Amino acid sequence: MKWDEFFVTGDPLIYGADVSILLTMVGILFYLTKYNKWKWLWDEWLTTVDHKKLGIMYIVSAVLMLFRGGVDALLMRTQLAVPDAKFLDSQHYNEIFTTHGTIMIIFMAMPFLIGLINVVVPLQIGARDVAYPYLNAVSFWTFFIGAMLFNISFVIGGSPAAGWTSYMPLASNELSPGPGQNYYLLGLQIAGIGTLLTGINFLVTILKMRAPGMTLFRMPMFTWSSLVTMVIIIFAFPILTVALALMTFDRLFGSHFFTLQGEGMDMLWANLFWLWGHPEVYIVILPAFGMFSEIISTFSRKTLFGYKAMIWSMLLIAGYSFLVWVHHFFTMGSGAAVNSVFSITTMAIGIPTGVKIFNWLFTMYRGKIQFTTPMLWSIGFIVNFVIGGVTGVMLAMAAADYQYHNTYFLVSHFHYVLIAGTVFACFAGLIYWYPKMFGYKLNERIGKWVFWIFTIGFNVCFMPQYFLGLDGMPRRVYTYSEESGWGPLNMVSTIGGFMMGIAFLVLVYNMYYSFRYAKRETTGDAWDGRTLEWSTPSAMPPFYNFAKIPEVTGLDHFWRQKQAGKVEKLTAKDIKPIHMPSNSGVPFIMASFFFVAGFGMVFDWMWMAIIGLIGVFGTLFYRSFEYDDGYYVSVEEVIETEKISK
Amino acid sequence: MRRLKPFLTFGLLMAVFMLSGCSDMVILDPKGPVGEQQKDLIMYSIGFMTFILIVVYALTTFIVYKYRDRKNHKGYDPDNEGSHLLETIWWIIPIIITIALSVPTVKTIYSLEGPPEGTKDQKPLVIHATSVDWKWVFTYPEQDIETVNYLHIPEDRPVLFKLTSADSMASFWIPQLGGQKYAMAGMETELYLQADEQGTYEGRNSNFTGEGFTDHTFDVMAMSDDEFEKWASDAKADAPKLTKEQYDKLMLPGHVKEMTFSSTHMGWVDHADEADYALNARERLGYEPKVPHSKAAKEEKKKREEEMKQEESESHGDSHAH
Repeated sequence: MKWDEFFVTGDPLIYGADVSILLTMVGILFYLTKYNKWKWLWDEWLTTVDHKKLGIMYIVSAVLMLFRGGVDALLMRTQLAVPDAKFLDSQHYNEIFTTHGTIMIIFMAMPFLIGLINVVVPLQIGARDVAYPYLNAVSFWTFFIGAMLFNISFVIGGSPAAGWTSYMPLASNELSPGPGQNYYLLGLQIAGIGTLLTGINFLVTILKMRAPGMTLFRMPMFTWSSLVTMVIIIFAFPILTVALALMTFDRLFGSHFFTLQGEGMDMLWANLFWLWGHPEVYIVILPAFGMFSEIISTFSRKTLFGYKAMIWSMLLIAGYSFLVWVHHFFTMGSGAAVNSVFSITTMAIGIPTGVKIFNWLFTMYRGKIQFTTPMLWSIGFIVNFVIGGVTGVMLAMAAADYQYHNTYFLVSHFHYVLIAGTVFACFAGLIYWYPKMFGYKLNERIGKWVFWIFTIGFNVCFMPQYFLGLDGMPRRVYTYSEESGWGPLNMVSTIGGFMMGIAFLVLVYNMYYSFRYAKRETTGDAWDGRTLEWSTPSAMPPFYNFAKIPEVTGLDHFWRQKQAGKVEKLTAKDIKPIHMPSNSGVPFIMASFFFVAGFGMVFDWMWMAIIGLIGVFGTLFYRSFEYDDGYYVSVEEVIETEKISK
Repeated sequence: MRRLKPFLTFGLLMAVFMLSGCSDMVILDPKGPVGEQQKDLIMYSIGFMTFILIVVYALTTFIVYKYRDRKNHKGYDPDNEGSHLLETIWWIIPIIITIALSVPTVKTIYSLEGPPEGTKDQKPLVIHATSVDWKWVFTYPEQDIETVNYLHIPEDRPVLFKLTSADSMASFWIPQLGGQKYAMAGMETELYLQADEQGTYEGRNSNFTGEGFTDHTFDVMAMSDDEFEKWASDAKADAPKLTKEQYDKLMLPGHVKEMTFSSTHMGWVDHADEADYALNARERLGYEPKVPHSKAAKEEKKKREEEMKQEESESHGDSHAH
């Protein structure tokens, strides 16, 4: 390892990034020291096991990653705006599209959704925390450290450049030498631990910790979608773990699972990757479906249409998600029978999805629709997601896919489902539950501007890409010739991309503006909601969520109570001591050791990897012998908290 | 709803603007029976998709407009929670659409596995296409000739491509003739294509293969049978023989210009059986992969660029006659 290979040099963009990273870090350190915030940071955030705080940290990280991935996207769009552009060279462009894809899926979409699940689901089921609060902190910190490890690649050692799919043998040592691809493997591996733990944690939480009376078929739709998502996570993520481990062995220890030499099977990687990768798509879309169900129902002031059909269709989608992975490589030549089967299973996914669309539409039917910003995002979702849906069915037709494959038609399709589905949901959910997290709403007027700029920009950006695809423009090319005729549509697309960038900035400004000027909520029920999270007396629930665990008598329990005019008032004799888990710094320390181990492996410095792993096992060992059963919140403290927050 | 209007108008305008250019788009302008079948399937599916979009948009517009919260709001029914009839309808309609799309899809999938219907009595011309980072080697076993980065094919005759790769996974694609298929080391895949019109078509690798991927392209010239025979026999008579040393050099990652040889590499290697041939050749030639961003890689890149420039200025004027 030479030093000229350690720091990435020679590119003004990278130097700019170096400087801004350094300044930000100095700024943070200065702020923490000057205002004496170190203890606050440690006590309130780094050691917390509170699901609401962990959720907020997930969301903050996800917004940062959205910024990073978005900058990547705009760099790509700038390079592609005109033919034969020289803004980025090939290697740089390849690194950027690789990190864009990986970051947006693994480090933006999933943590954003998991963050919202963290904040909302325990509240929706009337629980005081998740089943394993300590494990929840481990989940967050391994995700965060994985993301950080992946992100430093662009200033230290160079980013991976084999695509977010990292097909072998391209991603092997022989064709992609250096630390870049190792960052991908280790970053995803460490973050993947956190995701799998989240899957187990929330599965148990939802199954075991629901308030009395809340049967499975009385659960809010967002909780249902989270439950189904967790099941998919538990089945899908081990596949990724194994696949990444095998590729890591290939790169670091000279094994031949997927390599050109030693009879390796490169096609096996593609299969394993998509065996995880396709269910992954549903991991990021099902919670989105759940949020839209909640929001559409709330702002139509009406029960969700076809509650049971919504659940069955979701279960069908979850099952199908494991039966369609071959459609990502119809062109591998698996034969007519295989391609036919996977064409049909893929198209069949459109059936339950279509049913959901109609159920949402008919939730609004005979409703009283209020055009709040979360509702605008939800209607925008229906209108735009349908375009992604129908083009998805077109792509499912294998014989036609031979022409769409690897083109901008595909690129446009998955952006139409992932942006109009997942990203719209993240924005809608963030705005909807913002008062639950921070005690005030985001400004609605600015929010509507964000919606319109983003949605129009999104269509201007991606609609032309369908046509570029039909005109034969392959994805992942870093430039194209004047004669290809792809110039004008690419320019339009770039303009749309920048509109989305502007909308993001306005959204961030809205957070600042609302922090300064928004009216603080005085009740826990900011939107006249239907589900239990809105039933807490204070806008932001206290750390124990519910002074008294509610008893549920039906679907939309809180809404029905309000309709009947009999919302229970808390009295002092209802209060009993509350058992809560203690904070712990161990998850954070464990994740830090993971970073050391991961960084060592990336550079093939085994001494460092071993030190890191010893640290990881040390913290596990420590935890195994730690006897901490948590503590009780006294009745007096609860009474005082509830009075103060009233 | 009033607010949705400019958005919808805009979308409609954009769709019209872009659809008007449809007939020029290469995938919808095929020059052979394979691409023709795929285009028919695409157009058939677009019909259904348009129908779905119209239904959903009409319903959305109607519902959102009619049931918006306003004064004198009518028809509010907060407990309306489902309807067996309606729900049955929208389970059944998508099922019917799926069946209607599945039948022609499966038919076309099976039909594309063999030569086109109209010319299936003719003996197909066999060409081996081998991808090497970032060039294409084409072998004509019957004619016993080999070309690099360009293809000549006769018109109105099915061509059976036998695809493989010396290193990374590539995808062989000539959009105007038909859909693509992967070329993979240690594997052989087969693809039938046919040109019904003379002309020059662009072909490329469409699967990402690293730094030189963008220029991993080739030209296809479809000509009459006679012209093709003449070209092949001329190449056999005039072109140099391909030596093993020369072939090994082709195994190095990089771009080369178009080449013609009067012999093939089939005698000493079939990449479908020997996946590590190219890597071994690189080792024999003392080539070492460079870590991106290292000094060595930057120097190598500079050198390559200078060579490309030089080659361009040299070959200017005597580039391959199309």
